[in-house]
Amino acid sequence: MAGAGAVRAIRSRIRSFESAAKVTTAMQLVAASKMRRAQDRALASRPYSDRMRSVLAQLSGYAASADPSELPPLLQQRPVKHFAYVHITADRGLAGGLNANMNRAGASLVLEHQPLVERVSIAAVGRKGRDFFRRASFPMLAEFTQLGDYPGMAQILPIARVIMDDYVNGEIDQVFIGYQRFVNTAVQRPTVRQILPVTAPEGDTGPSVDFLFEPSPQQLLETLLPRYVEMQIYEAVLDAAASEQSARMVAMRAATDAANEMVADLTLTYNKARQELITGELLDIVGGSAALEA
Amino acid sequence: MPLSLSVVTAERTVLQRDDVQRLVVPTSEGQITVLPHHAALMSSLGYGEMLAYVPGEIVAMAVFGGFLQVANDQVIVLADAAERADEINEERADAARQRAQQRLAGQHTGPEALNVLRARLSLERSLVRIKVARRRRGSGVPSMAER
Repeated sequence: MAGAGAVRAIRSRIRSFESAAKVTTAMQLVAASKMRRAQDRALASRPYSDRMRSVLAQLSGYAASADPSELPPLLQQRPVKHFAYVHITADRGLAGGLNANMNRAGASLVLEHQPLVERVSIAAVGRKGRDFFRRASFPMLAEFTQLGDYPGMAQILPIARVIMDDYVNGEIDQVFIGYQRFVNTAVQRPTVRQILPVTAPEGDTGPSVDFLFEPSPQQLLETLLPRYVEMQIYEAVLDAAASEQSARMVAMRAATDAANEMVADLTLTYNKARQELITGELLDIVGGSAALEA
Repeated sequence: MPLSLSVVTAERTVLQRDDVQRLVVPTSEGQITVLPHHAALMSSLGYGEMLAYVPGEIVAMAVFGGFLQVANDQVIVLADAAERADEINEERADAARQRAQQRLAGQHTGPEALNVLRARLSLERSLVRIKVARRRRGSGVPSMAER
């Protein structure tokens, strides 16, 4: 039979689960509102990225006919000696398996390429992924943390600059990017793909139009390609931000549900124990008075 | 048939209109005017003022680099940065102009060279903003005396 101390202990556990549920509920609400804003930002970038892809698809058609050695540097393919990987994760956890899944996907990409090249380097965006690759002692090309909940283009440009400079200088020969693609609130998918050398988007080039180019198609391509790389990184970072918030929202909702379930279970146990305690005390009193009357 | 115009940056859509009668664009090769039935064109953008003539009004924008495509009366402006006149804070732009001019009046060599370049770009941007903001106030062609 549970004593008065045990009953009090259960009561205090109930309280602590209740306050945990309050915290996770608040975090869930915060994540939900941040997710909406992050999604809006991802949507707001769509018109630019869609048009950029269609323009680049059309323009690269004109430059393709040129001599391969005259292609802009960002399009030039060469034997891969130094492989670089831009790994995008969140700065913070409490987002379910989001960061762990991304790290796993990143690790398997890197391990797949490692035997084929002389060197592999990591450019880490986000603390979780940086810590992961640092622990595995991979050389870091660059680190970018604390981009905030709503990263802007201005914060992406340094990332793009580092990678493109190294690519053009021949420091690195191929670059992949990995991020959690936002599919919907419940589903985020680790996605990896090549960003350098640029593979021009194939798309509906529409009816072939006889364009005037000012300046030449090659020069225009050199203007457009860096922006295309920047845009792809920006898109990935925005997707990762929306994924982070939605994963956190879902994780916090699960935590709230689990805490509430614990509270319900414990309340049942608490009531039973309290009832037993009272019954025991009553029996003592009844037993005592019966003994007196006897 | 009027032009359909989209002015977009990576972060947002700055302007989307289907009733543009005339468009003045600052390309890297100089200012051009696009009228309906313009020949298909791809060009890069410079810094400057972009004017969209729509019925009853002129929408003025400041654009700072990017890309332009004209095809079948569809104009796509992929701007690195763009602001409509009604979004520009003229006082701030003027303060930025003064700061940049002061900085340019100083040192011009050595490790300062990068800062000079930065100040020059900043000056150019603030001048474009001031020009576009003045256009909104209806003072017509802005005076060039301040250059």
